[in-house]
Amino acid sequence: MKKTDVIIIGAGPVGLFAVHQLGIKGLKAVVIDNLDKAGGQCIELYPDKPIYDIPAVPECTGEQLTSRLLEQIKPFKTEMFLNERVDEVYQEKQNWVVKTNNKKEFIAPNIMIAGGVGSFEPRKISLKEAEKLEGKSVFYSVKNKENFKNKKIAIFGGGDSALDWALELSKFSKITLIHRRNEFRGAQHTLSQLKKLEKEKKVLIKTPCQIESLDNTKELKSITIKFDDGKIEKIQTDVILGFFGLIMKLGPIAEWGLNMDKKTIEVNPENFETNKKGIFAAGDICSYPGKLRLILSGFHEVALASVECFKRARPNEKYRFEFTTSSKTIKERLGKK
Amino acid sequence: MPKITYKDYQGTSKTIEVESGLSVMEGAIQKEIPGIDADCGGSMACATCHVYIDDKWFDKIPKAEDAEIDMIDMAFEPKKNSRLSCQIIVNEELDGLEVTTPAKQT
Repeated sequence: MKKTDVIIIGAGPVGLFAVHQLGIKGLKAVVIDNLDKAGGQCIELYPDKPIYDIPAVPECTGEQLTSRLLEQIKPFKTEMFLNERVDEVYQEKQNWVVKTNNKKEFIAPNIMIAGGVGSFEPRKISLKEAEKLEGKSVFYSVKNKENFKNKKIAIFGGGDSALDWALELSKFSKITLIHRRNEFRGAQHTLSQLKKLEKEKKVLIKTPCQIESLDNTKELKSITIKFDDGKIEKIQTDVILGFFGLIMKLGPIAEWGLNMDKKTIEVNPENFETNKKGIFAAGDICSYPGKLRLILSGFHEVALASVECFKRARPNEKYRFEFTTSSKTIKERLGKK
Repeated sequence: MPKITYKDYQGTSKTIEVESGLSVMEGAIQKEIPGIDADCGGSMACATCHVYIDDKWFDKIPKAEDAEIDMIDMAFEPKKNSRLSCQIIVNEELDGLEVTTPAKQT
């Protein structure tokens, strides 16, 4: 079990800035996130889209904001646990214990929930048979290419993931790319490569249509798709790969005994503490009168919450407010002279 | 004030008044109409305010931008008459608009 001062749940912009605000106060933190990289919604939903309302940054993309925050917190050498979803939270005397889906354990006097709208999960095919075959012949990501060799693969989706995998897997498998409309959304060179492969009959493209049924429940042999004009077609298929994008699910957070308002956690706007002492919530996931879901609001929220975290993590020390510009201690913590 | 009717997939319908200038999504959230989640708060970054527009209304609403159509790809069971309700701004001309929410959003 790893011991620290604050367990931060969520590596989005607010979780990352929490590392900074805690770090300059001399507190250690760990960051846990369900995604495979830091950045949260900024990275998953709008990496290339501009943000215009970060103070003193007239314009930056979601990706730029994330990389700048990562640079800003570098001096604190904070450990990040990615691909880990927090499943369980319980109290142990003055501390909180956090357990992840991969059985990692953490203990700290404080938890900072900066979980956005919950964890990102792939949207799945809503047919019952697809659920039964998930992990056997229905997949929503490619972990190991080798498992997709010499197969008849039906790829669903119209975005970058669907297109990139159609191109890559067409090198050694028979690909049918299926999308609900005629237009694909992807990089220009990917689209022209795809056109070329279609001409060479290496990739079959079926649009505009959607999945109607999986024809076998034990072992997948074929699927049936339905075109917009009502036409039905059967396609020989061993494997289905679905890329319908990610959806956000609140997940286990709802079961930790926190006071909730729909999908958000109610906090005290003085210190962003929830109804449980030592559990804080900041960013999109918290709610209080007048709450705005802005990144800058999240920055403010973790700054205030970090003061309360200090009091709980260092009960015998007095908290002293300091400016980064003039504090010798803070400069040392930042590695500046 | 324009009246908007929200039907769920089982046919239950609710008609409410929505102030001009608000989106069809915001109207639903304010009056706690079930079936619209709007996880991202209206920034066109999720597809959880997805609705089907009744045929007689579909062409009367300003067309969807590319970004909205891309996002609808990620919605639950998108159809030809799918829209994101956060992108439909209510005005007097939309008085009587009828939308249907999908069986689920996530």
